[in-house]
Amino acid sequence: MEKRVTFKGLWLPLLLVLPQIVITAVFFFYPAGQAIWQSLFIPDPFGLSMQYVGLGNFEYLLGNSYYRASFVTTAVFSILVTVVSMGIALYLAVLADRLIKGSGVYRTLLIWPYAVAPAVAGVLWLFMFNTRVGVVTWYLGVLGYDWNHVLNGGEAMGLVVVASAWGRISYNFLFFLAGLQSIPKSVIEAAAIDGAHFWTRFRTIVFPLLSPTTFFLLVVNIVYAFFETFGVIHTITSGGPQQSTTILVYKVFSDGFVGQDLGSSAAQSVILLVIVGLLTIVQFKYIERRVHY
Amino acid sequence: MATVSLEAIRKSFGSTDVIHGVDIDIEDGEFIVIVGPSGCGKSTLLRMVAGLETVTSGEVCIGGNRVNDLEPMDRDIAMVFQNYALYPHMTVFDNMAYGLKIAGTAKDEIVERVDSAARLLQLEDYLKRRPRELSGGQRQRVAMGRAIVRKPSVFLFDEPLSNLDAKLRVQMRLEIKQLQRRLGVTSLYVTHDQVEAMTLADRMIVMNGGIADQIGAPLEVYANPATEFVAGFIGSPPTNFLKAQSAEVTIPGAVTLGIRPEHLLLTSEPSPVAGTVLYSEALGAETLVHLRLPDASLVTVRQGATEPLPAEGTSAGLTWDASEQMLFDAEGRRCDQPAA
Repeated sequence: MEKRVTFKGLWLPLLLVLPQIVITAVFFFYPAGQAIWQSLFIPDPFGLSMQYVGLGNFEYLLGNSYYRASFVTTAVFSILVTVVSMGIALYLAVLADRLIKGSGVYRTLLIWPYAVAPAVAGVLWLFMFNTRVGVVTWYLGVLGYDWNHVLNGGEAMGLVVVASAWGRISYNFLFFLAGLQSIPKSVIEAAAIDGAHFWTRFRTIVFPLLSPTTFFLLVVNIVYAFFETFGVIHTITSGGPQQSTTILVYKVFSDGFVGQDLGSSAAQSVILLVIVGLLTIVQFKYIERRVHY
Repeated sequence: MATVSLEAIRKSFGSTDVIHGVDIDIEDGEFIVIVGPSGCGKSTLLRMVAGLETVTSGEVCIGGNRVNDLEPMDRDIAMVFQNYALYPHMTVFDNMAYGLKIAGTAKDEIVERVDSAARLLQLEDYLKRRPRELSGGQRQRVAMGRAIVRKPSVFLFDEPLSNLDAKLRVQMRLEIKQLQRRLGVTSLYVTHDQVEAMTLADRMIVMNGGIADQIGAPLEVYANPATEFVAGFIGSPPTNFLKAQSAEVTIPGAVTLGIRPEHLLLTSEPSPVAGTVLYSEALGAETLVHLRLPDASLVTVRQGATEPLPAEGTSAGLTWDASEQMLFDAEGRRCDQPAA
């Protein structure tokens, strides 16, 4: 049975949760409320007056082909980031799990990229792929490939995906490794005696037993790709070329602070708010009934 | 069904030697129990037969073929693990069918073989359940079912009963014995419990520090322990050990005298060995009397329930039939002529 502490009065518990409530109110409810409020208006460019337009901003957005394109871009981007970072992380974790000697060094080195801030990671990758002085660009040129992510939308997408996924591999790797190590060794041995070779074991035993970890990482990585990759995109492509890397969260910034359309920007924030809310519900629902073996 | 033979098996982990050369020939259909305290290398020995550990030197043969370099799956064995090692995400049926599916067995044959194993183990009603919905005893049965359906030539058991409660352990012990008798499959069973070893084994191997101290039928080992360790490990309550000098034994080389509790008699007459009664445990059918000797060592006497109970704190003499005593030298080896 769960042990519950019960308070007799009302004031002490209230006092204890107050700091959390204040922080949430100031840093979450207030800005979120402002965004919702502003999404109903169109302010003039100098911020001197606001005109109430109801759901006009939303209507405009949903009818706007650039905004719909940004949805597709976001979907492509987050799926690629999630698949690439989780795929590579799982592969490395499986290798690390088999390693007996030197696994500590291997693990430590793999965790380092996680400590690099997204914007810095973006700059690093930008240097390597710079169209004039980038090392990788130069080698690709030697090989006969003309890399230019400034002009080529596909290459730009590839670059931001790689830069975003790179730092994320460490995080995913840690969770996958922990997941792999929590699978009892004897279960794997039993499967080996039952005749399953490595790949069969992975497919029929290891991967299914890893599914709680995989699902958790899936949600976390999608949220990451949606929101935390702003720095990478801002430093590498600034959403270009021709908006081919403008994901939703970047569009909030560029429409609001570059385009000065604060009403539309606020409306986009509200849409993102709903999306992240839904993702959180999925995640919580899942964690609530987490599979116990 | 097959014979198993181990020849001069050694195992080292790095510079640590765990098994120092074990030889044994197991006949077809024999039930062999490897027994010993924890850390004696008994599980390692079993895992080398299974192919889960490499063999440092020596030869493992199953059915006359050298299997040292074969993968576990190619050795035609099945193993039951201490923690059952069931596949948690599969139903009981799938757990048992896993090996057959991988081997590409026809579907109706899989169903037939799993069903017959389930009948044998009284698991018919649980085939749709997952391992976490089963009790410990049922999980144990599923683990055995998984071993049975593959019809291997050798069964390996790695302390299969140690996660069960005492009552269930006795029951499952009987079931394992019956099952092995019925199927007639050569079995190797590892345990630290000497009662399991005594009751299950056709022959048992008593391991001590990486060496097989004695190999033999349970009663033979009980009656004639080859070493001091075996005498102390097999039997409960354990054999009493006295200093040979104090017991007035004059055989050269004899340092320790071992005598089983049931062979000791309390006497009120003067005797070379006497002690103070500490306490008595009346167990109904028998009584255990614990005494402390003048040299502070403890001795247990097992006597019938009808014998008079000595009062605590009184002193009593000890006698025994000289033919029951066992003498050991300084290295713990037997140094008298074992009777028969």
